[in-house]
Amino acid sequence: MTFDAAMYQFLLRMGDNTLILGHRVSEWCGHAPVLEEDIALANTALDLIGQTQMWLGLAAEIEDKGQSADDLAFLRDAWDFRNLLLCEIPNEDFGRTLMRQFLFDTWHSIQLGHLTKSSDERVAAIAAKASKEAAYHLERSADTVVGLGDGTEESHNRMQAALDYLWPYVGEMFQSDDVDVVLAKAGVAPDPASLREEYDAVLLRVLSEATLTIPDSRFAHKGGRSGAMHTEHLGHLLTQMQWLQRAYPGCQW
Amino acid sequence: MKNEWPLWEVFIRGQHGLSHRHVGSLHAPDAEMAIKNARDVYTRRNEGVSIWVVEANQISASSPSDKGPLYEPSESKVYRHPTFFDIPDEVGAM
Repeated sequence: MTFDAAMYQFLLRMGDNTLILGHRVSEWCGHAPVLEEDIALANTALDLIGQTQMWLGLAAEIEDKGQSADDLAFLRDAWDFRNLLLCEIPNEDFGRTLMRQFLFDTWHSIQLGHLTKSSDERVAAIAAKASKEAAYHLERSADTVVGLGDGTEESHNRMQAALDYLWPYVGEMFQSDDVDVVLAKAGVAPDPASLREEYDAVLLRVLSEATLTIPDSRFAHKGGRSGAMHTEHLGHLLTQMQWLQRAYPGCQW
Repeated sequence: MKNEWPLWEVFIRGQHGLSHRHVGSLHAPDAEMAIKNARDVYTRRNEGVSIWVVEANQISASSPSDKGPLYEPSESKVYRHPTFFDIPDEVGAM
């Protein structure tokens, strides 16, 4: 695999994670349980979409086929997406949304922290901006996970159910493939598997404070970041996210 | 109503050297979340460098019906304004 081909895949993975999760979180806009959370979730979604513009913008530049970040976001099909399966899982209730956010934010802030030291200046610059946003996202989602996990019986049960449901989607973050080998060798990005220890430490600290039990299993669904197979949910999400560009190609406003 | 989070008053300092100003209120389960909510609700457009939150029921306020005894007596005391002094030229603009 050439360096540019690996780089393109890596940038799609970063950008598709933030794009798909950002869209998911934006689905709460106007529907969150309280006004304050509604605004906070919308802010998070906007941060993620903003990061998407940077990652996919650089991806398009490296692909060098005259596409823009918008083209990559709105004109690709489900099998072209490289986001983690975790990012496309439906919101369900507020508890699952916040647990998904916490599981992602933890990985995201660790990953971005390493990327600020990337040998590629463009990657390091994007990470420097995004890591501040991710640090706040993590602070907020971790606090909420503790508040709800160590809250009422109902909120505790919902958070435990969310953790049990989402746990099989965590392992995919740490699966390395030949793209990762090329980038790790060049010092552009860390080997995903090397982040697991740091990740588990944060999880253990926050989830025990939240009185939640981490499932005793390392089974992991995969296929999102490699593009081999997404869940059925991604296609449905894309019909919502992409319909305007599909119905009115090239439409601008 | 019993399940509602308490109300917090939010004060934000716009830039270093200015005082915190009351900007509004919001609901939150505790002080830490109130600060986070304030960050998300009131500083989205780069409005602040510091946030204070105070639980609304901790604020003691003067009563509007006491307006007469509290404020009217000072209306007739113009000599409290420093406008009766001749300022020497060499002092310059005050």
